[in-house]
Amino acid sequence: MPKATNTDDPEGPDGVQIDLISGERMENMATMEKIRMILDGVHDGNIVILEEGLTPDEESRLIEVTMSEISPDEFNGIEIETYPKSKTNDSSLLGRIMGGEESTAKLTVIGPANQIETLHKDETLISALVSRD
Amino acid sequence: MGLFTELKDSISRVTDRLFSEEEPKRIGIYGPPNAGKTTLANRIARDWTGDAVGAESHIPHETRRARRKEGVEIERNSKSVEIDIVDTPGVTTKVDYEEFTDEMEEDDAIRRSREATEGVAEAMHWLREDVDGVIYVLDSAEDPITQVNTMLIGIIESRDLPVLIFANKIDLDDASVKRIEDAFPQHETIPLSAKEGENMDEVYENIAEYFG
Repeated sequence: MPKATNTDDPEGPDGVQIDLISGERMENMATMEKIRMILDGVHDGNIVILEEGLTPDEESRLIEVTMSEISPDEFNGIEIETYPKSKTNDSSLLGRIMGGEESTAKLTVIGPANQIETLHKDETLISALVSRD
Repeated sequence: MGLFTELKDSISRVTDRLFSEEEPKRIGIYGPPNAGKTTLANRIARDWTGDAVGAESHIPHETRRARRKEGVEIERNSKSVEIDIVDTPGVTTKVDYEEFTDEMEEDDAIRRSREATEGVAEAMHWLREDVDGVIYVLDSAEDPITQVNTMLIGIIESRDLPVLIFANKIDLDDASVKRIEDAFPQHETIPLSAKEGENMDEVYENIAEYFG
């Protein structure tokens, strides 16, 4: 994970870092590795976008760990929004023919609660307004 | 099958049933903050045991620790179930102590937010480890399609836990039970007002039927 430049270096560029994490990078990681990677990014003030999202069990642990790290005036928690991918589009042809397992792949956007002013989702768009404070 | 084997199987089935019925089911009451979970838990506990579970409040995160009321036996239409009600803090992904400073001193607000975060973490842990079924409470005057609700319902489904969705606060003018039914059509939705005691017969019928 590249180091954030927006919050660590007061003389660095003024902006918000967005980490787009591929499914390939996540696929061999253990649950806690994924959660640590996400929360380290969010603690640095970054917006983290996961190509493949998390499983329900991982989402449950993400909430649990997030809660354990909330601290007054330092970290208020996360905003999270998820897009389930179209079942038709992300199933392989073979999978569709064989009636295999539905893909749970989903795009997920996670950011620091104190910096994301709004995180809105409609049927085809996730929209985040990010403050630099 | 011989008479002796048949008799042995029959006794075994009855014994299994008796033992399984002796164990109360741990039913977790989950949902977002301020959906009326504690009001519902208190209503159920008072109706069947005479005691309340905990304090109710309009301030979010009044319930900061899960509270359990054990041995609540609910009977309806010849069905019965003994449950331990576990009232949990409202699940959220963020807690800001400054939200409470209008209502209390800063130190108290910080303490409340710290207890709330620990309570939510515990509630999530128990959802994975410690509950046999879930009553998911939603405020029917609010939009049910939030990320937390979607995630929690997904987590519950992934664990194959039986879940009943309770559309609470139907006494409010903006209430829409259909909005909740449409959001989670794969689950039974029961309308109620825990505060006013509306439709509690149907609530108890469903609990006895579904978790019994």
